[in-house]
Amino acid sequence: MSENQNINYLNHPKGIMSWLLTLDHKRIGLMYLFSGIIFFLIGGLLALGMRLELAAPGNDFVSNDTYNSMYTLHGAIMIFLFIIPAIPGALGNILLPLMVGAKDVAFPRLNLASFYIYSFGALFAIYTIVNGGVDTGWTFYTPYSTQSTSNVVPMTLGIFIIGFSSILTGLNFIATVHKMRVPGLTWYKLPLFVWALYGTSLVQITATPVLAITMVLLILERFLGIGIFDPALGGDPVLYQHFFWFYSHPAVYIMILPAFGIISEIIPVHSRKKVWGYKFIAYSTLSIAFIGFLVWGHHMFTSGQSVFSQIVFSFITYFVGIPTGVKIFSWILTMYKGQVSFTTPMIYALAFLFLFTIGGLTGIFLGAVALDIHLHDTYFVVAHFHYVMQGGTIIAFLAGLHHWWPKSFGKMYNQKIASLCALGVFIGFNGTFFPQFLLGLRGMPRRYATYSDQFSELHTYSTFWSTILGLSIFIAILNLMWSLRKSNKLDPGSNPWGALTMEWTHTSSPPHPHNFESDPVFTNGPYDYDKVIVEPTLKK
Amino acid sequence: MIDRLNEFFFPKQVSTFASDIDNLFYFIFYSSVALMAVVVIGMVIFSIKYRFKKGDKVRLTSSKDHDNILESLFFIIPLILVSITFVWGIRSYLKMIIVPDDAIEIKVTGQSWFWTFDYPEGGTSLNELVVPSNTPIKILLSSKDVLHSFFIPVMRTKMDALPNRYNIMWFEAQEEGVYDIFCTEYCGTAHSQMAAKVIVMKPKQYEEWVKELGSGDDDLPLDELGEKLYTKKACNTCHTLDGSDLVGPSYLETSRMWGQTRNFEDGSSAVIDENYIRKSILEPQSQIVAGYQGVMPTYQGLLSDRELDALIAFLKSLNENRN
Repeated sequence: MSENQNINYLNHPKGIMSWLLTLDHKRIGLMYLFSGIIFFLIGGLLALGMRLELAAPGNDFVSNDTYNSMYTLHGAIMIFLFIIPAIPGALGNILLPLMVGAKDVAFPRLNLASFYIYSFGALFAIYTIVNGGVDTGWTFYTPYSTQSTSNVVPMTLGIFIIGFSSILTGLNFIATVHKMRVPGLTWYKLPLFVWALYGTSLVQITATPVLAITMVLLILERFLGIGIFDPALGGDPVLYQHFFWFYSHPAVYIMILPAFGIISEIIPVHSRKKVWGYKFIAYSTLSIAFIGFLVWGHHMFTSGQSVFSQIVFSFITYFVGIPTGVKIFSWILTMYKGQVSFTTPMIYALAFLFLFTIGGLTGIFLGAVALDIHLHDTYFVVAHFHYVMQGGTIIAFLAGLHHWWPKSFGKMYNQKIASLCALGVFIGFNGTFFPQFLLGLRGMPRRYATYSDQFSELHTYSTFWSTILGLSIFIAILNLMWSLRKSNKLDPGSNPWGALTMEWTHTSSPPHPHNFESDPVFTNGPYDYDKVIVEPTLKK
Repeated sequence: MIDRLNEFFFPKQVSTFASDIDNLFYFIFYSSVALMAVVVIGMVIFSIKYRFKKGDKVRLTSSKDHDNILESLFFIIPLILVSITFVWGIRSYLKMIIVPDDAIEIKVTGQSWFWTFDYPEGGTSLNELVVPSNTPIKILLSSKDVLHSFFIPVMRTKMDALPNRYNIMWFEAQEEGVYDIFCTEYCGTAHSQMAAKVIVMKPKQYEEWVKELGSGDDDLPLDELGEKLYTKKACNTCHTLDGSDLVGPSYLETSRMWGQTRNFEDGSSAVIDENYIRKSILEPQSQIVAGYQGVMPTYQGLLSDRELDALIAFLKSLNENRN
């Protein structure tokens, strides 16, 4: 434990400039982490504000325009400033080189550039918030977005810029996985989180340019009046939808694949058991990434696209569903004959399995064209993607945060409070979003600032539970931050959970500035719990 | 029992294909409940049975990480279920898009933030779609400005209204009544107020209603006609009668300010009188009240002279101090 008090990446070198100009992937990861959490809290507050407005019918809390701006910012901030950059940017950056036994990512300077590009793009988003918001929905559908007088241009410009950060991070990760692995660490011995980041990176570098092009065309249309999407200028709004979803559906996999990776790490560690179906999970990650490019049309079942397209998109959609389903069964079977500990990360992982399964299954309802026509753009869709994005990705992010927190900081948080918050998040989440499935089935459209009386009971219910959800997340984050205080004496040791991946077995917590004190030697597979015993260093 | 269940999940089944779609829902729902049960039971049993108990020693665990028969089942059972879902979804969808030949065609136009309905017999209604029961209705749908989407929950159907092309949908109502129509494609400030009603009548009643459309209301006093038009022509989407602000200024406020000067966004002003109101309805963009957005569409061609007179009379009558 002597390294703990001595040199680690957090205290060496010192000084603000050593952080701002750092090329250390761990420090860059932390900068992503804290900016991501700030945007997460802003997006969360906007969501709570929306729930407050929707607690009862009528405009009681904010006006229509304010509400429209709030829901747009909520979506855009959560997706473009938190979920997409935060998991690869934060957890991916901190962990990837450690997991493959490398000193850093392949291009450390490029990595720092990614962070500053992200920050620069984020400034545009902050400007948008301060300057009165934007009211088009995070989808920026034309021709409304060409005509809206709100801050469409700053927001889309911000998203355009942040896109480059995604592309560069993806490029960096792909090069790292290919070229920086320690000798002996073959593809099939890689931790599944690395596979997930690899799949994510492939989608990031191939899909993001399409979003960038779409945003540029939208800005050109607004500034120069070139008719691309606006029918008044001779353009076609459905073309915009094709462009937008050609990126934004794969973006769903940019958001969920890292979550799959996190869960694939946490369940084996806390069950002390070899992961079930390693190769299947690895390959399904890649196949989901690929098939994800071919299903964008299921966002457009009511746009009037041809019957043939409807049938094809519905058909391919189900091909994403099946490998995802088999993954869920693999994670459950991983616990079979293991030694399952109910630690905070494991509670989040179990919550993930429950919530993400509901998210996935409700996707099957929406993939059936005839049923989707009734459910399209109703609260059923809102509930569905929150079960996937929050119940899936954000729960997995919280799981990962609690799992690797002792790794990143060498400090342990209060586990009782953390586990209680995990339960609070689980209950509050279901209370908030489950009623929204019913609202949607009963015909409540989304993006409504007010609604008719028949929907009020379920909305009130949803709002009530959202406060529990918000409070639990807030306390969970506070609990983590509180663990960083100087006087915190809870010492997790270098490998608190007894994990077998290299970031735990080969270096101290927090790691040395150069990751490993000497060149690491690859010794065991990431899930060899049938061959190797490592005692957890965390005392009960 | 089935009816009670259906009431819990869905609005009423009014269109001919509604029950088919609801049954598809129940099929997926029960399959999902079964799969969910497997997931939850698996999670609970494994995590409890194999939990790390107090006093347990960290030990090597089983190396079992695959089982061909079990994994094939996980593949095949969902595959069968989604195949049925897919085929069912497409079959029902075909019913929803193949319009019967004898359908009555009604032109529906979305505009921020109201719906206009043009009937084949001539005549137009706003925000009230009147249709005969047990008769197929073909909706020819488009938009005048941004995207809208025409959603009738009880009919289980919906279609986007686009400004540059026509979309088609159809339904056949099996039960008379008044049902909700919502806009489900975000269209700006008053998107959530862009609601309309579909009124299903017996075919006989419908014929009479269509005949009267446009010709009726001649004998009503002006202010009463105005009151009717206030909701019929969707003025109520944006203007209240109780002084509170919506998208536009309240009629009550305008009425109370009768004869006084009103300031506009561009710095000019005008005295509130009959000509001001008339111009505001026909050329709304020419005088935008300070503090409001210039979003009102023109009603040129949508109101007769008598109807304009009626709206002005109604607005004047709101000021309780005058009467």
